[in-house]
Formats: sequence, structure tokens, C-alpha cells
Amino acid sequence: MIYLQLFWEFCKAGLFAVGGGLATLPFLQEIAVKTGWFTTGQLADMIAVSECTPGPIGINMATYVGFTTKGVPGAITATLGLIFPSIVIIILVAKILDSFKNSRAVQDIFYGLRPASTGLIGAACVSVALSSLMDLTGYEGLSSIAGCIQWKAVLLAVILLVLTNPKLFKFTKDSAVLKKISSLHPAVFLAAAAVIGIVFSF
Amino acid sequence: MRELLDLFLTFARIGGLTFGGGYAMLPMLQREVVDKRHWATNDELMDYYAIGQCTPGIIAVNTATFVGNKTRGVIGGVCATLGVVSPSVVIISIIAAFIRNFAELEVVGHAFAGIRVCVFILILNAVIKLGKSSVKDGVTMAIFLAVLLGSVLLDASPIIFVILAGAAGFAAKEIQYKNGKGAAK
Repeated sequence: MIYLQLFWEFCKAGLFAVGGGLATLPFLQEIAVKTGWFTTGQLADMIAVSECTPGPIGINMATYVGFTTKGVPGAITATLGLIFPSIVIIILVAKILDSFKNSRAVQDIFYGLRPASTGLIGAACVSVALSSLMDLTGYEGLSSIAGCIQWKAVLLAVILLVLTNPKLFKFTKDSAVLKKISSLHPAVFLAAAAVIGIVFSF
Repeated sequence: MRELLDLFLTFARIGGLTFGGGYAMLPMLQREVVDKRHWATNDELMDYYAIGQCTPGIIAVNTATFVGNKTRGVIGGVCATLGVVSPSVVIISIIAAFIRNFAELEVVGHAFAGIRVCVFILILNAVIKLGKSSVKDGVTMAIFLAVLLGSVLLDASPIIFVILAGAAGFAAKEIQYKNGKGAAK
């Protein structure tokens, strides 16, 4: 019975959380208060764990909550509950989109949506930049901002940018070695960055 | 059957290598789905992201369902989605079972500080790549900058930006048609 309840609660979260990732948070808080399956303190731990493990944050949270409640079957049930509404809605949207794809109006709307989509991802990029290159715990007004910059991280960022996208810079554009390096799988760079983070204690 | 398995495994790989949510998934999607398998184009990927913002659910899941559904219909959508979530379920279950204070381990903290820097650069590259195909003229440049600044500075839901941008794109094209400029495109 608790499985059905888990499925249903996460189904609701998946249905009403719009905008991805942390949008599921308020719903999880409600579940915590309503069912007592976990505490709001545990929820904070879950966010920390979710953010430093691979995979979508919402899914990680659902799995973690499901597991703490009812073990592996609970983890699977909660995750399936969370993704169920998405699958149904997106398949419906895709069907509708298909039949309107060639209409001029839809194409004109997408003409505006694409740069907006790029802008939203750009904004996410800015917030990742702030959290990875700055340490805002010591922030005390604008004059202290230079002290918040993590120079080691900035240096790593510049190096990674040259290695992953040499076409951006004039003096690296034609290097065959860099071109080869830049075509490596992103996972290689992630792993290297993790090692550098440990070795130079970021 | 092969293709369904391929969808599942490709999205499992993407899910297993994505740190920090839906946006961080984009560089992997561009590589695996657009460049390598040609299941979707860069433009389609951006459409999925825009729609994923306004429909309920997790963006990564919405995008996986879209791509899977486009490739192999409903069953394809289900396979891609199960693929993208399965690494999470496995990894988180293991962590929840064995390591209580995983996030507090110092080594983990340092490693993730490094990973975050890399995630930043990977997303930056994705934005540059997307910008090349989506920002083509004055109107799209204005929309891009307005949404970028708006969502950095204001605490507003992305849905609002998506709806306004769609309306702006539509209106701008209408004006162009009226002036006879859009006919050439």
C-alpha cells in the first residue's frame, strides 16, 4: 500500500513541478510534512547528495526519498511516479507538435523560442560560473569581491576552455593537437577536473 | 529492438555523466544525440528544451522522452526515459545504503569543486554552439539578451520568459511579413 502512496505522491510532484530540477523541492517538503517518511533536515542532505552525483537532481531526490522510505523497490517506485506524468504529457505534446510543425505560426513562435532557450541556458551557465569560480561565503560588499574569486578555479576554467573549444581563440585555432583533444568525450574532462580538484584541494 | 536498446544505453550514458541537472546534460546531448546518432538536430534540441521548461516534470526526462518518441514512437520515448533515470536509481541507492555522509567527505568536496568548473565550461561551449544557430539577427539577439539578463537578475519563472519570447518571435515575424521582408526567407 505504501508503494501506491509513494507512486502517487511523486506522480503529483512530477505533474506540478514545472521548470525542472529544484522545482520538485517544495513538493518534497510537503511530502515530508504530510507523511513523516523523512524530515526536512534529511531533505537538505538529499539535495547535497543529489547535486554531487550524476543524473537529474529531481530523479536523484526521488530515488533517495524512495530508498530511505522503502529500500530499492521504494526507490524505483518513487522514480517511476515522478517520470510518469512527463512521459504522458510529452508524448501528447509531441503528437500535437507534429501536426502543427509546418504551420507558419508555429515556426514563427519557435523563431522566438530558440534564442530564449539559449538565454535560459546562458543564465544557468552564469549561476554555475558564480558557484564554481567564486566563494561567496566571505562576501562583504562590493569591495570584497576580488577576495571571493577562486583564482585556482579561474585558471582551470581558462585551461579547460582552450582545451575543449580551441576554435574560439586566434592563437590556438589551427593547432591539430588541440583539435584532437577537444574532440574527446566530455567525461574525460570531467574526470580530469575531479582529479585536479582533489590534487590542488579546490 | 536494437534501436530501442541503443536509445536506452545512450540515454543511460548521458544520465550517468550529467552532474548538476538538466542544463548540464546539454553538451552530452549535443555530442551523443545530434553529432553521433543524428536522432535530432540542434534546433530540435532547443525546441525540446523550451517546451520542457513549460511542461511539468524534469527537463532531462522531458527531453529524453521527446528524442525517444521522435526516433521510435511511444515505446522509444519510454526506453530513452528509463535509460536516463536508471544510473541515478542505481548510484543513489548505493550511496543511500552505504555512505551516510557522502556529501561531507572532504575528498568528495574537492573533486566536485573541480567538476563544477568543468561543468561551467561545458555548458558555456553548449551555449556558444546553440547561439550560432539560434541568434541570427537583431530580433533574436534582443530576445537572447533580454532572457539572459532577465533570468539572471529577476527571480521569475522560466515559463514567463518562454511565453513572452514565443509571442515576441511571432509578433516580429508578423511585422516582417507585413513589410514584405519575411517573404524572402
